[in-house]
Amino acid sequence: MKTSEILLLLFLAILVGFSIWAIVPLEGDRFGRQGLTLGLDLKGGAYLVYEADLSKKDPSQTVDQVMDNVLNKIERRANAFGVKEPIIQRQGENRILVQLPGEKNVDEAKKLIGQVALLEFKETTTDLSGQPQTNEKGEYVWTIATGIGSDGQTKELTGKYLKPNARVELKPNTNEPEVAFEWNDEGAVLFEQITRRNINKPLGIFLDGQLISYPTVRAIIKNSGIIEGMDMKEAQNLAIQLNSGSLDVPLNVILEQTVDATLGADSIKKSIVAGAIGLILVALFMILYYRMAGLVATLALIIYGIILTAIFKLIPVTLTMAGIAAAVVSIGMAVDANILIFERMKEELRAGRTMGAAVDAGFSRAWLAIRDSNVTTFIACIVLYWFGDTFGAFMVKGFALTLFIGVALSMFTAITVSRLFLSLTARAVKNTWLYGVKA
Amino acid sequence: MIDIVRNRKWFFLISICLLVPGIISMLAFGFKLGIDFSSGTVMTLRFSPQIEQGALRQQMSQLGYDDATIQKTGEGDFLVRTRNINSDEKLALIDGLEKGLNTDLTVRDFETVSPVVASEVARNAAIAVLVASFFMILYIAFAFRKMPSPFKWGVSAVIALLHDVLIVMGIFSILGWLIGYQVDSMFIVAMLTIVGFAINNTCVVYDRIRENVRKGVSKDFAVTVNSSILETIARCINTSLVVILTGLALFLFGGVTIQQFIMALLVGVVVGIYDSIFVAGPLLVLWDRGLKNEPKAA
Repeated sequence: MKTSEILLLLFLAILVGFSIWAIVPLEGDRFGRQGLTLGLDLKGGAYLVYEADLSKKDPSQTVDQVMDNVLNKIERRANAFGVKEPIIQRQGENRILVQLPGEKNVDEAKKLIGQVALLEFKETTTDLSGQPQTNEKGEYVWTIATGIGSDGQTKELTGKYLKPNARVELKPNTNEPEVAFEWNDEGAVLFEQITRRNINKPLGIFLDGQLISYPTVRAIIKNSGIIEGMDMKEAQNLAIQLNSGSLDVPLNVILEQTVDATLGADSIKKSIVAGAIGLILVALFMILYYRMAGLVATLALIIYGIILTAIFKLIPVTLTMAGIAAAVVSIGMAVDANILIFERMKEELRAGRTMGAAVDAGFSRAWLAIRDSNVTTFIACIVLYWFGDTFGAFMVKGFALTLFIGVALSMFTAITVSRLFLSLTARAVKNTWLYGVKA
Repeated sequence: MIDIVRNRKWFFLISICLLVPGIISMLAFGFKLGIDFSSGTVMTLRFSPQIEQGALRQQMSQLGYDDATIQKTGEGDFLVRTRNINSDEKLALIDGLEKGLNTDLTVRDFETVSPVVASEVARNAAIAVLVASFFMILYIAFAFRKMPSPFKWGVSAVIALLHDVLIVMGIFSILGWLIGYQVDSMFIVAMLTIVGFAINNTCVVYDRIRENVRKGVSKDFAVTVNSSILETIARCINTSLVVILTGLALFLFGGVTIQQFIMALLVGVVVGIYDSIFVAGPLLVLWDRGLKNEPKAA
């Protein structure tokens, strides 16, 4: 063996050894990575794109301020709801991408996160005798409750004067849930005036314009209050929303993909089966057609698979259904460099060259074709990755990234693993039949 | 020895036979667009206890979704496609189905795209295709820069690629109205992957032609092209075959989610084999002497 070959063998042994250490066991902790990182479609969860209605924004705020506020509030809500590792990003001017991996109560989470949750207090309009007016249906006629603030300005009483410590409590006698809240200093000033003039009259509590309860005011209250008339879930969500603050502008879901965790688990199982079958088919074909060389290609393919898995785990690459498909397809593409080399080698053998010369010529002549032929795949991958976000589906990006990594790695294994082992076997086994050439 | 080049008019005829029905279908029926291009909602529903498709259809139309398309998947789930619905409508629909059919319902997959997003996705996909095509053509021009007339080689390669893409698009248009195959962003991904892959084989063949021209294998360009094709035929088939093997494994065992995508890839790779053997090389000869087999008098 030449020194360069020994060095290459050593390098490959270290690389493969390291990769095996990294991925066995797959769930084992390596550099803080445990197992493969799975995308939403594989582990379940929600991928949501909200569009902010900026026409409703406060004109005194800039778009960036509004969006930053909304993003912050959404993040607080998602964390308070208990979503593990939510991803919340601004997209373009007025969009927000929210990913809730592994979340089971997507509908609830979606509502909690995307609702404006503006809390308002309204008082009844009174007739001449001072009694609350009702309309023809017998409902109260509400008008927004205002007070004079400490700076002398008239202010509407809303959730923005709440301290961020609203909590769910159970009513002592009935065990019904209620949300207890406290006003900040300014809120207390307003609330005192409003309760004072509404003694023995109902006070309407509205969330996003919907009446949720209208308790009758029994005494003048300054600092705190309760909201009742909800079930436990609603109360918990309201508390979270009040603590995060109401969103500055309304949001609409313009794109949603929600996957149940069981479907993801099914997909993983199927992909593993498909990948294994694909690998076996390719290995069989290569060994039957190219004999010894096919064996070398299969070895290179196994090493390719090990390093690829290690890359996926350590970077980590988020695997999606499309990403796994790309990985499986890349098994086929990984072999095609080998095929180009072997075919070239067979030609050289037929032309009467020695084994060693044929291997060398096979590699040096096929290399240009291999390099050139992968350039177009790289172009496609880069463009797809670039546009992936704007495609609406996270499938696209996953496919592009995985295919890129797969093709790049396959070029590497073709020129190192296949070349080295083919040179070594060529020295040991000289029978040309074993390389697919009639003797 | 088979003379592919000499018989090129027959292979071109086969290509035309593959192209024409697809093009007619595209012009007459267009494509069945996926929701990421056309907006709408797709959901995978699992009922326990299981229910009949007819019962589900009836209940859907009672709830006001007359236009919903319902498909049963291999696992006994239902794939329901309807207009773009919001969260409240979704909850009402689930509730209505559970009560009306007296069964428990799990939404295994729910995907909804609003019209705003759909039109953007369509526009961005078009831009992505243009950008990718531009760079690929640039690359082809670069790859063939040392050929005697790079323009001829580059244009032939591009025509061969267009041939592949058009055939696959045509087949998907036909499959669209036959069995509901859709064209969505993953289809675009498949197309670009096919182009990236098909050009490899074209490069291999052209590379060999170039080498044989230099070696002076024959004075007749047609003969050189033909022997180049025959020399590279095994590798063109084999490199594609390994991809077909893995693709087939995915198509058969990989689950429904990506089946249409894999189908597009598979069809593309198969057409790509045909193109690299029977179309790309003969096109070069067509360029020089049309369909006649005798060289023009010099």
